[in-house]
Amino acid sequence: MKMIVKLAAAAALLAASAGFASAQTVKVGFSPEAYPPFWSADASGKWGGWEVEIIDAICTEAKLTCELTPIPWDGLIPALTTKKIDAIMNSMSITDERKKSIDFSDKYYNTPTAVIGPKGEAFTADPAGLKGKIIGVQVSTTHSAYVKKHFTEAAEIKEYQTQDEANQDLAAGRIDATQADAIALDAFLKSEAGMACCDLKGNVAEDLEILGPGVGAGLRKEDTELKGKLNAAIKAIRDNGKYAEITKKYFDFDVYGG
Amino acid sequence: MNVRTASLAEFAARSPWLQPHRILLMAVGVALVAAAAIFMRWDWLPNYYGLALQGIWRTVWILVVTCVLGIMLAVPLGLAQAAGPWWLAMPANAFCTVIRGTPLLLQLWLLYYGLGSLFPQFPWIRQSDLWPYLRQAWPYAVLSLTLSFAAYEGEVMRGAFAGVPKGQLEAARAYGMRPFTIFRRIWLPQALHRALPTLAGETVLQLKATPLVATITVIDIYAVASRVRQDTFIVYEPLLLLALIYLVISGIIILLFRKMEARIPVRLG
Amino acid sequence: MDLLALEPPGWGGNLLRGLLNSVIIAVGAFGFGLAIGIGGAYGKLYGGPILRDLLEVYTTIVRAVPELVLILILYFAGTDLINRVLEALGYARIDINGLVAGIWVLAVVQGAYSTEVLRGAILSIPQGQIEAARAYGMAPMLMMRRITLPAMLPFAIPGLANLWLIATKDTALLAIVGFNELTQETRTASGQTKAYFTFFLAAGVLYLLLTLVSNQIIARVERWSRRGMPSVSGSTR
Repeated sequence: MKMIVKLAAAAALLAASAGFASAQTVKVGFSPEAYPPFWSADASGKWGGWEVEIIDAICTEAKLTCELTPIPWDGLIPALTTKKIDAIMNSMSITDERKKSIDFSDKYYNTPTAVIGPKGEAFTADPAGLKGKIIGVQVSTTHSAYVKKHFTEAAEIKEYQTQDEANQDLAAGRIDATQADAIALDAFLKSEAGMACCDLKGNVAEDLEILGPGVGAGLRKEDTELKGKLNAAIKAIRDNGKYAEITKKYFDFDVYGG
Repeated sequence: MNVRTASLAEFAARSPWLQPHRILLMAVGVALVAAAAIFMRWDWLPNYYGLALQGIWRTVWILVVTCVLGIMLAVPLGLAQAAGPWWLAMPANAFCTVIRGTPLLLQLWLLYYGLGSLFPQFPWIRQSDLWPYLRQAWPYAVLSLTLSFAAYEGEVMRGAFAGVPKGQLEAARAYGMRPFTIFRRIWLPQALHRALPTLAGETVLQLKATPLVATITVIDIYAVASRVRQDTFIVYEPLLLLALIYLVISGIIILLFRKMEARIPVRLG
Repeated sequence: MDLLALEPPGWGGNLLRGLLNSVIIAVGAFGFGLAIGIGGAYGKLYGGPILRDLLEVYTTIVRAVPELVLILILYFAGTDLINRVLEALGYARIDINGLVAGIWVLAVVQGAYSTEVLRGAILSIPQGQIEAARAYGMAPMLMMRRITLPAMLPFAIPGLANLWLIATKDTALLAIVGFNELTQETRTASGQTKAYFTFFLAAGVLYLLLTLVSNQIIARVERWSRRGMPSVSGSTR
């Protein structure tokens, strides 16, 4: 019996220390998956990359203590609405579909959407080019919505939990193409595995309704105060050169987009 | 005591299962279900109805195929461990230990992504006749679930083979039966009969393992529920429905096995 | 092989950290599961009819619905519900970190199984022992501590040992909700380095070692719990 009491006491302690340690921090949800150059983990388990540095800059500017909280990609929005996290900053595009459930800050980057495939197979990133092929996308992304709208009749669609797994299956030859953010795909093409197998087939036709105007921080609809702070901070780091400074480390162009 | 409680008590006496407190609990349960039906969001159901049926079919298909194949593998595995020479017993035992000692999720990912990552080094694989199967996800799902079931059930079969009374086998030998006939007519049927009571539980455990295949792009009923969550951002409703579906399938499995056991006479020999 | 080195840039240290997390969760889940199981077994044996039926519903549901689904439901709904209750009562929200959530989610699952194991074990105690204790006028708590729990231990250990092994393997499922245990660490490491085969194999070896070491310890505990009893050959699973 004593042991049970001790266990219960330990549980209470654990719950309490977990509970009240971080009252004032903003929990920023992200999916713990390799998504270079925006997100990548090093061997010590630390996350780095362009978006991590931008999050850091935005939080410093807005005088917020941000805490990165790993949540699987398809659980991010539910985690936000059930208040497990306070913001999503994970290359999530601002779309009308998502706006039904959550709100977004202003965009902080915007890049085109591309399709890659195996080397030596020439095809274009449109329904005619993808006819009869298997195209892989990450679930619950703008890309998955896009291929479902535009390529359903032409191609077979396979959905992956992470973009990294789709890339992996492209290299293994299990799928014929994958569609994703052009910069993320470029990083894969420059990696050893990517260089060996695949090349760029082209950018897909624009569809603003689905692909959206860019990437923003996902927020709860009622959190207007946080939204105001983040918007001001995004504008501030654009103006004071911090954004350009971080971007220069990763890209030779401005990812903010037009 | 008024008429109503009297009749209730009478009713309860007639059927021991239906006692007054059960009626109360059932009323609470019905109220909960009704509340869930009224207050939760179910408007997505018509859109995903077809997909859900397909998903259930795929889950059941994988379950049946892997259980049947798994049993077929478990028989030699059990026999090798119970009566085989050491050079058969050792590998069989090692196989069971390794599979039972590591998580199925890891085995599945090792087979699918691990093997997949080796493909680019062997370009000839893509020209082979097996490639159309290696390309798809379901063969890996079937393979790893079959191996897992075989390992767990192989352990059960080992006990079952060892548990058949020696006298039975000696009697068969005394009749001049050939070894294979003894195995087919005496040893195997009795071992299977001994293993049958655990089989229902093992099959339910196997059902509970099937949703893992969704992580390698096989679209079973679990994947359909995830799809609903991802498309609509509705969290609880698809998961609750999913739990209900698994409960029903488990119930059906248990009923089927109960029927099967009832058809076999309890006392053999 | 360089990839598995313990110091960065090798990922071996990460895998070991993941293993440690897995073990912590498994120990926590198993411990709390045992506490739930003791309560559940007593409830099923000595509780009122309503409590007994509710416990039956609990064990039936948990044993029929895949752990993965339960984990998702408990993970999303659990913390949300706790916080809604706290808010309704006028307290501040607490935020439950991944480790605690992982432990209690798996504990709920483990609890259902250990309820059944312990119920069976208590029933296998020669009932005369319990009657004798009652006749001596022992208080229920004292009787549980001095008679019931020690007497049922040898009957419960094979089942509990099996539950422990299940607990260690079920921690892998928490990778689906993004928790940093061994399988998730493996996934991150292999995604980053593309050496999927190496890392999954290495993680498999770690899990296997955990199982084999556990088996050794279990065998000792079992011998110890059966001290002074005639030898009974039982099989674990």
